[in-house]
Amino acid sequence: MAVSEPLVLGIESTCDETGVALVRGRELLADVTASSMDEHARFGGIVPEVASRAHLEALRPTITAALDAAGVTLADVDAVAVASGPGLVGSLTVGTAGAKALALGLGVPLYGVNHVIGHAAVDELVHGPFPERFLALVVSGGHSSLLLVNDVATDVVELGQTLDDAAGEAFDKVGRLLGLPYPGGPHVDRLARQGDPAAIAFPRGLSKGRELARHPYDFSFSGLKTAVARYLEGRADAGEEYSPADVAASFSEAVADVLVTKTLRACAEHDVRTLVIGGGFSANSRLRELAAERCAAAGVEVRIPPIRYCTDNGAMIAALGSALVRAGVAPSPLDLAVDSSMALSLVSVPA
Amino acid sequence: MSDVILALDTSSGTRTALVRDGRVLATRTQLDARAHAEHATPLVAEVLTEAGIAVGDLTGIVVGTGPAPFTGLRVGLATAQLLALAVDLPVWGVPSLDAWAAGAFAADPGLEEVLVATDARRREVYEARYVRDPGAPGGLRRVGDFAVHRPDPVAGPVPAVGTGTTLYPEAYPVVVAAVDLDPGRLADIGLARARAGEPVPLTPLYLRRPDVHGVPGGREPLAPTTPTPAAEER
Repeated sequence: MAVSEPLVLGIESTCDETGVALVRGRELLADVTASSMDEHARFGGIVPEVASRAHLEALRPTITAALDAAGVTLADVDAVAVASGPGLVGSLTVGTAGAKALALGLGVPLYGVNHVIGHAAVDELVHGPFPERFLALVVSGGHSSLLLVNDVATDVVELGQTLDDAAGEAFDKVGRLLGLPYPGGPHVDRLARQGDPAAIAFPRGLSKGRELARHPYDFSFSGLKTAVARYLEGRADAGEEYSPADVAASFSEAVADVLVTKTLRACAEHDVRTLVIGGGFSANSRLRELAAERCAAAGVEVRIPPIRYCTDNGAMIAALGSALVRAGVAPSPLDLAVDSSMALSLVSVPA
Repeated sequence: MSDVILALDTSSGTRTALVRDGRVLATRTQLDARAHAEHATPLVAEVLTEAGIAVGDLTGIVVGTGPAPFTGLRVGLATAQLLALAVDLPVWGVPSLDAWAAGAFAADPGLEEVLVATDARRREVYEARYVRDPGAPGGLRRVGDFAVHRPDPVAGPVPAVGTGTTLYPEAYPVVVAAVDLDPGRLADIGLARARAGEPVPLTPLYLRRPDVHGVPGGREPLAPTTPTPAAEER
């Protein structure tokens, strides 16, 4: 019998989900998530202290549940990976402190890994080994980043990211403008499907002239959100009716158009034939449609993991930890610090 | 079989001790008030190494449950719980203020009552009152509840200990000298209570509700914090 690959336990606690997963090689054995999202809904946004408290309560039971689901014990674990950034400091601190103790107690290496790169790494568990190089578009309520991945464990280049709101954040804000419940993303998406995407010409941020030249792969969604607010105010001031579905559809079109246009531009410039889309916002139906359509036309393969691996989860962290172990990268030191604004070129905290 | 207890407290700095049968084998303190998550596990590793004890030789873990600033407090609890999970050990929670009180009673054998006041930031202190009680596991008993409030100028003649006494000397005129939070005492109290079958909950003593200010779009404020009974007495 062949020697089996190392078993990696991954811990995710960067925002409001406590996720724990077990990955052996590229095989996902178990993935368990506890969320405090319901506790935040009544505040209309994530309350960091509420999230941190929930992480501490959920951490140990989530680990136990993941081990049970995988049919393994802690004694079988060969390495521990934890998202040590970027994210909310209080949330990161709970998972990272716990992961260190686990690594010390088990006598196994610890990897402090980058949450955003994890959103790309998880796709290996679903669609198999990555090609030699690929582009990763990571879009969520907290991130909108374009990464050139030469090797997911050792060589990631940040091409661009949002200069203000993340894509998902802009959706939540527009959801609020339209009077939809929090989080607004899925509601705006649903409403958009009934509207006309060409009804209103909303602006595409950083997409023309000097701004495009200066920020070829960066995004900006706050101007778009303001344009939606102005449009709604304008209709209200004029006492005119408007179609919320058309607003949602035209807004969604603007976001998806910018994301896909800039991503394909980067694919062309860097001669990359594979695109991985990750993060919770990759559930957005217009983004999926537009990416599939335009990438097919451009000859770029699109890989999008199922939605349960796109929202924050332990599998993405275990998957990246497993890639690091496989690549022979040195583990992180036990005194590693959490890094709320961890650079996107940093795959793991170096020894 | 001897008891080999690891104690960890992150209520004020990061402090850890390794205690075998009531004797402190090694101890570490890092007073950095912010970077608990960096220090906790490395300090635990250091005391184990210094004492020549393998993590598998431990028989129990005691952790301070505060009250204390939230982020640091959670580092101790997460560290202790997952170390206990990794090595399959019991883990017992002891309020950090109990260890301050135990230190005061040990420093002054004539002392019968002590007020513990520690820094709660925002110009407030965490407070609790204790009496010496040789019949109680750990040798002390808390009187009333934990409280968080402005340092009270009429705290009175009860001798006080804790970081609050140095920050607000005008509020605490009588101070028990030369007492520091000793994680070794935390180990003793935790073990004594666990043996006596007394509760040793791991519930963090936050005392304050989460602050919802600054949440983007946050609209619905929380109800005002209910004053604790101890605060109402004042």
